Amino acid sequence: MKHIDIVFRYLCMACAAVAGCLLLGILVQLIQNSAGAWSEFGIEFIWSEEWDAYENKFGALPHIAGTLLTTALALILSVPLAFASALLLTESPKWIERILSPCVDLLAAIPSVIYGMWGLFVLVPIMQDDVQPFLAEELGLIHLPGGEWLLGDDGVGCGFGFLTAGIILAVMILPYMSAVMRDVLRMTPSMLKESAYGIGCTRREVITDVVLRHGAPGILGGICIGMGRALGETMAVLFVIGNLPQMPEGLYSFGTTISATLANNFGEAVDMERSALFALGLILLVLCFIIQLIAHQLLRRNKLKLATQR
Amino acid sequence: MNNCSTLKRRSPIFRKFSNIVMNCFCLLSITLALFAMYSILVTVWQHGSDALTWEFLTEPSKPYGEENAGIANALLGTLYMSLGAALMAVIPAMAAGIWLAEFGKNNKIATILRFCGNVLMGIPSIIIGLFVYVLIVIPAGHFSGWAGAIALSIIMFPVIMRTTEDSINMVPDTLRESALALGMTRMRATLSIVSRSAKNGLITGVLLSLARVSGETAPLLFTALFADVYPNHFFEQPTASIPVLINEYTNNSPFEAMHNMGWGAALVIALVILAINILTRIIFHENKH
Repeated sequence: MKHIDIVFRYLCMACAAVAGCLLLGILVQLIQNSAGAWSEFGIEFIWSEEWDAYENKFGALPHIAGTLLTTALALILSVPLAFASALLLTESPKWIERILSPCVDLLAAIPSVIYGMWGLFVLVPIMQDDVQPFLAEELGLIHLPGGEWLLGDDGVGCGFGFLTAGIILAVMILPYMSAVMRDVLRMTPSMLKESAYGIGCTRREVITDVVLRHGAPGILGGICIGMGRALGETMAVLFVIGNLPQMPEGLYSFGTTISATLANNFGEAVDMERSALFALGLILLVLCFIIQLIAHQLLRRNKLKLATQR
Repeated sequence: MNNCSTLKRRSPIFRKFSNIVMNCFCLLSITLALFAMYSILVTVWQHGSDALTWEFLTEPSKPYGEENAGIANALLGTLYMSLGAALMAVIPAMAAGIWLAEFGKNNKIATILRFCGNVLMGIPSIIIGLFVYVLIVIPAGHFSGWAGAIALSIIMFPVIMRTTEDSINMVPDTLRESALALGMTRMRATLSIVSRSAKNGLITGVLLSLARVSGETAPLLFTALFADVYPNHFFEQPTASIPVLINEYTNNSPFEAMHNMGWGAALVIALVILAINILTRIIFHENKH
């Protein structure tokens, strides 16, 4: 009987090892296939701006910059919203939470290609007709210092571009972040909260001085998880970003992100371009890996701290 | 002491006011989040319900301009690929989760593998598409539904592994110990006692990951591609799927008629995915905690 147990144990272990093998395989394969680009362009590939398939010159900077810009926009827009909605869900009565939490979770289940469609057919016209002129004219952002860089020379956009992509990403990552934050907020010991209420704190004070401070690492971890998704999201961005390999010139300009470039160009790419695309993939993988590492550390620390405090 | 003096200086009106502001902001943000979801679902419904006819569901897709085009081949392709992925991924992923939960509590290797699983979950799905392209499509020399299924199974694997581990962790140790005290082998105790009592969690994990991969587009772009035929040659030929069809018909097509079909397809896949999600939550949620 013992033998079966040993076999079972090692069989299961082999299955778990698949996770490590897959990760290693993906990494090795990306490095292997991008070797051509790295040896041709060297490390300069990362900060070179050119992307010209005819002259065989490739640089990653426009793609990296686009990825980081859309991600940053998405985070700026959705972090406060995700935190506030997580807060409302944890602080409100049980029955409200029972209804609303699944709704937020369902938002995460909608396929990203539908977000992309919605962006293309619904959000782009709204951005073009209302939001972009509003930001430029009525809010007067264009007259502020730096406004011309931010919104382009005349503040007129055609609805596509970085801002639209950022908004779609923000809507997409909100439920993910909100779910992690909800779990973190729920773990605040109620004794801490009650003692704060007991000395006469308002709810706002309890939240900023107790809940937020207690859950800070976990909340940052949640933000990192949302960030990881925003970095790698393909379809939602692909529809509205414009897909031009150029440096971002303000929020209304066309551009591209690493994953959008991969989706667009990989099918037809040959030789050096293909190698360069693999190199882009490698950069994206490394970015995501770093973000995951940070998220992992933050979320783990939060758990440990909670364990010792209880 | 410092804190006390700052507390005193805050006037009650200001404190009340900031409290109200925060409450309002919370309400506003959840409203915005739910409004976004409402807006997406309503537009998909409005545009999609026109396209939704019986022919739409039973006819295969055809090039632009031909009559009676539908999405039947893409539906079938999505079904094949998701189920194929589940066939490949579920059992090894569950075994992996069992190992992490049962044998890997304070184990260095398990910690590393758990972390690998987390990273794998965070990897952009398009990179998995690249991986499978090099692994399967280049050696085989052609795109195939089979390659798409493998890409989806790689996406499924870490998700199921983690949910299995979590739900097995929730089984109390006393149950394990009583099973072992009856003289069961560890394998028997794990498979027929522990896993059975964690059944709801396991099924939830599998169904939710199935719903998730059936909406994935990016990994299928370089693996399964798209085709206007039924997936009869699943292992040798490009295979259509609903998400890629939506991409083809809306992003890559200038025609109004195609856009409408794309909306119809979006409605179908959204309904399926939301139905799986809601039903799973209703049926399997109650015993979760």
